[in-house]
Amino acid sequence: MTRLPEEEHPNKAFGWAARDTSGVLSPFKFSRRATGEKDVAFKVLYSGICHSDLHMVKNEWGSSVYPLVPGHEIVGEVTAVGSKVQKFKVGDRVGVGCMVGSCQSCDSCTNKLENYCPKMILTYGAKYYDGTITYGGYSNNMVADEHFIVRIPDNLPLDAAAPLLCAGITVYSPLRYYGLDKPDLHVGVVGLGGLGHVAVKFAKAMGAKVTVISTSPNKKKEALEKLGADSFLVSRDQEQLQAAIGTLDGIIDTVSAQHPLLPLIGLLKTHGKLVLVGAPEKPLELPAFPLLQGRKIVGGSMIGGMKETQEMMDFAAKHSVKPDVEVIPMDYVNTAMERLLKADVKYRFVIDIGNTLKAA
Amino acid sequence: MSKSSEEEHPQKALGWAARDSSGTLSPFHFSRRENGDDDVTVKIFYCGVCHSDLHTVRNDWGFTRYPVVPGHEIVGVATKVGNNVTKFKASDRVGVGVMVGSCKTCECCQQDLENYCPRVIFTYNSHNPDGTINYGGYSDMIVVDQRYVVRFPDNLPMDAGAPLLCAGITVYSPMKYYGMTDAGKHLGVAGLGGLGHVAVKIAKAFGLKVTVISSSPSKESEAINRLGADSFLVSSDPSKMKSAIGTMDYIIDTVSAVHPLLPLLTLLKVNGKLVTVGLPNKSLELPIFPLVLGRKLIGGSDAGGMKETQEMLDFCAKHNISADIELIRMDNINTAMERLAKSDVRYRFVIDVANSLSQ
Repeated sequence: MTRLPEEEHPNKAFGWAARDTSGVLSPFKFSRRATGEKDVAFKVLYSGICHSDLHMVKNEWGSSVYPLVPGHEIVGEVTAVGSKVQKFKVGDRVGVGCMVGSCQSCDSCTNKLENYCPKMILTYGAKYYDGTITYGGYSNNMVADEHFIVRIPDNLPLDAAAPLLCAGITVYSPLRYYGLDKPDLHVGVVGLGGLGHVAVKFAKAMGAKVTVISTSPNKKKEALEKLGADSFLVSRDQEQLQAAIGTLDGIIDTVSAQHPLLPLIGLLKTHGKLVLVGAPEKPLELPAFPLLQGRKIVGGSMIGGMKETQEMMDFAAKHSVKPDVEVIPMDYVNTAMERLLKADVKYRFVIDIGNTLKAA
Repeated sequence: MSKSSEEEHPQKALGWAARDSSGTLSPFHFSRRENGDDDVTVKIFYCGVCHSDLHTVRNDWGFTRYPVVPGHEIVGVATKVGNNVTKFKASDRVGVGVMVGSCKTCECCQQDLENYCPRVIFTYNSHNPDGTINYGGYSDMIVVDQRYVVRFPDNLPMDAGAPLLCAGITVYSPMKYYGMTDAGKHLGVAGLGGLGHVAVKIAKAFGLKVTVISSSPSKESEAINRLGADSFLVSSDPSKMKSAIGTMDYIIDTVSAVHPLLPLLTLLKVNGKLVTVGLPNKSLELPIFPLVLGRKLIGGSDAGGMKETQEMLDFCAKHNISADIELIRMDNINTAMERLAKSDVRYRFVIDVANSLSQ
């Protein structure tokens, strides 16, 4: 007979979980494993709301296991460390992103790309080594293997740092891998949401000239004045698209809805790269001629490895790359999810767990 | 009133041209420009029949100007060189590939990537700076700026080496650009035709493990025993495809018909690269999840620059790589085109121009 979530493990925990495909979250008592010799346990102070959380609570990807405690942009303060933990101590400011385990022996893991390990374990909704389901950051405490813990530098406020753990690394990794991190390159960012706005900030910090490509003309002012973008292109405006043909060294495309690739490929210079970090469900049309005639590339990317995530965090601290967040109390989460669905947030909700998550 | 093709230029020339989208070729009298200071005049000995020639004569891509003389895998002998020409002299064995001109000043041209110059002039069906249309290698002679002429190595056979001028560089260039030359890595070659079979040979010379991916089981024996591929994957066999999932570092996709990309993407390892060099006339369907979940990419490549084309020829000469060809007479070209449309050739037709194109 399976045990209740509250009884699975020795350490009590509480959070908010979705119980069914309505995706509505409500208080939930559960438990966390004892802090093992390589584990770091921490009190959760903030948890970012990623669009993936919204997909998962509604089981849109078909893989959700209920009750589901989402949250993979988790930050807080260390409360206990296992006997073999070297890098962290009680009181440290730390975070956990999208993964809490991987095989540590495959090619990907050996190359510090745990995110591509075929046995990678997600922070929530996945089966852990002990057979129990993982619970994420919409909760009061968290425990994870030291390998998957990230240090948050002192000069980054914790609430703003939280979204870096998923949104941040998701755009930072491809900027580096696809060579779009050199000064004076011209980088396009498609979509100005959680991922897109952080992409603008990182690209600017790396010395790029940045053009935001969006379907919403009303985002232009903020893009230019607040986020620091150099220009703004309304993707439905044919004239604007024409004028920008062949001007971009690379594009980070954060849009996960179906959308045409041809105009974006046209914006690329010869040897340009279009990188998708949002994953539309159905295939997109790929015209061969433009790809070949300009020796262009369309590539994908998914979060990043642990070493790279720490590097990203340190880079963000050094260059003051801080996501723009709307901090909300725990009991606002269902409203926040509804607003997120309508893209009504500038640009990431972050739950103030430390101050507003009350024991059930 | 515009001049006829015979009168446009001072030097008389004879070739075979298609007059309409039936693609049927027949004798065609035209003319070539005088040999200028930077030019090399080439007496054409052999010309390969590229699938692009077939696409063009049938106007598959929608931009053919008739009459069109195709042919961009040209090998012959220099008969005249201009005053500024230093790299070649009369009687040199030379080759001409897919382009005969470019702007020479843009970033691409400066990086020896003339093939990506926005003002590139292709060997046939392109406009010359003087506004006239140019004609390709299914003809007795051609006049080309020295920059777009390559030296044809002595130890390569002129007939079997002709396809290297397009097929060869089209697969060699992306192998270098996309980093597919580390010995021991695993390359898939999709499609075993003119491009595919040369890709297998060049890849083996780089020390790669090569798997041919093909819809034709009948090609397996040749692929392995004659061309030297390490294995053969029948793309229409689901269980074989399944067992090859995540095994390839790269794939060169030479297939020019519309085909599904998802099966090829799943064959790639994490960080794998799918490079497409075929030019189907409709868009392909690109599933995004495999790209994102495995950090995979799909890239294009289109022939290669002149410096690289020479490098490729020298590489092939060093490794004794030439194409497997079926030599044909000029007047058999229409039959050859029909057979090419059915992929009925192992693996490139080459026209014996000098011996069969009569005045």
